[in-house]
Amino acid sequence: MRSFCLAALLALPLAPREARAFCGFYVGKADTKLFNKASQVILARDGDRMVISMSNDYRGDLKEFALVVPVPVVLKKEQVHIGKREVFERLDAYSAPRLVEYHDPNPCMRVAAMRAASAGSAMAKMSADGGARDKALGVTVEAAYTVGEYDIVILGAKQSDGLETWLGENGYKMPKGASRALQPYIKQKLKFFVAKVNLGEQAKTGTSTLRPLQFAFESPRYMLPIRLGMINADGPQDLVIYALGRTGRVETTNYRTVKLPSDMDLPEFVKDEFPKFYKDMFAKAVEGEGKRAVFTEYFWNMGWCDPCSADPLSPEELRQAGVFWLSDDGSALQPGIRPRRGGRWAGGGVPVFITRLHVRYDPEHFPEDLVFQETADNQNFQGRYVMRHAWKDDGSCPEAGDYRRQLAKRREQEAKTLATLTGWDPAEIRQKMRLGEKAAEEQWYKDIFR
Amino acid sequence: MPMGIETTRSARTRSGAEGPTCARLSRVSDRLSLPEDPRWFQIVFLGTLLTVGLLRMGFMITPWQIAGVFAAGLLTQLVFLSAYKLEGVGLKSAIITCLGLSFLLRSDTLWVHPLAAALAMASKFVLRARGKHLWNPANFGVVVSLLLTGHAWVSPAQWGHDLLFAAWFVILGATVVWRAARSDVSWAFLACYLGLCLLRVTYLGQRTAVFWHQFENGSLLLFTFFMISDPRTIPDSRLGRFLLAAAVALFVFTRQYEFFRTNGLFYALFALSPASPFVDRWLAGAKHFWTKADGAQHEAIVSGGIS
Repeated sequence: MRSFCLAALLALPLAPREARAFCGFYVGKADTKLFNKASQVILARDGDRMVISMSNDYRGDLKEFALVVPVPVVLKKEQVHIGKREVFERLDAYSAPRLVEYHDPNPCMRVAAMRAASAGSAMAKMSADGGARDKALGVTVEAAYTVGEYDIVILGAKQSDGLETWLGENGYKMPKGASRALQPYIKQKLKFFVAKVNLGEQAKTGTSTLRPLQFAFESPRYMLPIRLGMINADGPQDLVIYALGRTGRVETTNYRTVKLPSDMDLPEFVKDEFPKFYKDMFAKAVEGEGKRAVFTEYFWNMGWCDPCSADPLSPEELRQAGVFWLSDDGSALQPGIRPRRGGRWAGGGVPVFITRLHVRYDPEHFPEDLVFQETADNQNFQGRYVMRHAWKDDGSCPEAGDYRRQLAKRREQEAKTLATLTGWDPAEIRQKMRLGEKAAEEQWYKDIFR
Repeated sequence: MPMGIETTRSARTRSGAEGPTCARLSRVSDRLSLPEDPRWFQIVFLGTLLTVGLLRMGFMITPWQIAGVFAAGLLTQLVFLSAYKLEGVGLKSAIITCLGLSFLLRSDTLWVHPLAAALAMASKFVLRARGKHLWNPANFGVVVSLLLTGHAWVSPAQWGHDLLFAAWFVILGATVVWRAARSDVSWAFLACYLGLCLLRVTYLGQRTAVFWHQFENGSLLLFTFFMISDPRTIPDSRLGRFLLAAAVALFVFTRQYEFFRTNGLFYALFALSPASPFVDRWLAGAKHFWTKADGAQHEAIVSGGIS
């Protein structure tokens, strides 16, 4: 029997890369490998046209794999495509929250601090002989085909119990509660994209993993069904959405969209614990928003970055990610589409904006599927955390004394910021920073009881 | 002080012989020592909401954008008051509109907010019929910015979905609309819209949690109690207000759940509120006055034959 899942899991780990950037040096990132049970999906949308790419990290027996996704239209074979896993990895690396570092200059030299460095087919068998039975169950096989290693059927249904029975009879193991979760989609006249692995075709790919699935369709609905995936989930799930659009930032309209805290100065030891820092900060932010928010981790024009955690995607890679409005040379395909400011896209960019949204959802706090809107917002945002290395040498000039006093204050502030963001024990943070037990200003009584 | 422009222009309309609602309210106000003009409540409540939005909810609006809204909005109001030679008319309504625009409208530029505020205030003086302005000024500013600038958006989920917040909005909002004696339109709209949502949830077989999620939408509740209830842009008769509320609810619902488009609340009111003066012609009702003095001044103008 096949198990039933909606979305795929996280991308393969990437080795951290070091890249130079205009404003500080990029030293680390927090990519999706941090989060267990994290799915990734790319939504490339312009007008009512949309390409959805779903990463697939299923690790069990391939015979057991099955995917059921509600879709607004009957998808023809030409509208389904096998994507490249590398595209997810590239998008993840490019948009991941980043840690940057600076070195304080020698206070005695009064040199400007900033140093610039630019970053630079066989048809599926399941529908062959079951026409009468399908009709009795109210299930219509709208289309059936094989794409890559997947056998796909597009189902229309009249009743949820009929669909559940049909799926059961065709070898899909339905979790408890599936019928109730399927019903709202049936009533909204959505179709069901059902995929399983064609083992013969899969063997030809030469790999043991499944490749991402992509669908292209036209629909006024800008939404992502997450409710089905909650049926057999044992706890909250993480989902990272890369929303690619032509106009601006993407946000959810039925859940609050919140930018994660960014541009914070953090203690130096965080360099070694950056993934843990990010994970804990995210968890605290989720709690702080009552577990009901969607978080923006990154928003930028896809043509550049600063600092870069990875090079921007090439036009070819963007097209692989579903950006259908882009030509191979990076210009917009449709005539009449012009940059918004002046004759060029701001910052030498391309007509593609990426919004990276991260949501941790569970059935209780996310009763509805995610609905999105593309806004006119073009203001860049990135999850960026700053580490400033102190000037270590002894200096005898008066400025050195001032510097050390300011440094002590700065470190106190960094410790507080870290504790507030992550909920880590302040005493432990101070110990790791080798700060005294209490800040000088908190020991006000020392001045009087000398 | 009364909104002078309404009194002078409305002198052409049917005589406003009614004033019992004002009298009743003023008795209650006297007992509680509350200011008679409900716009004071609106200013306090909306100001509080904006502060909470900025400090707690991280609203995406900068101090410069807020300053731009107020500078342009108040200046436009003063210019028109001077041009129409309306003395003694205050800035309360303009402040309310500016507060509304500050927590509704979002932009990535500095010029959209002042433009929206100026157009909003100007619309109140210029786009009129039968003694009423055709659009709620904030609604007009938001919709025109969305349609024309290419740099504006509204974040419908910015208030989140929280039962405590929702309860707070309902209590504050209900107080304001009760003070303005136009609470019927708010309750009628809320009942119609939520009724449609409940029918949909039931038909689709969704959990009741979905319905509560829809109810807890802060933007919906703010629209209900602070925008559609604007007494100057809705019909004078109760039946007329019910009809408008039902039509707006149907429009919003259809746009959202049949056509899957956003910002239904604002487009619905924008499309339908200009019908109000014409509904008044068909269904007469007591004209609204912010205060007793407002109503008395209107009476004096009418009986004095000034038109």
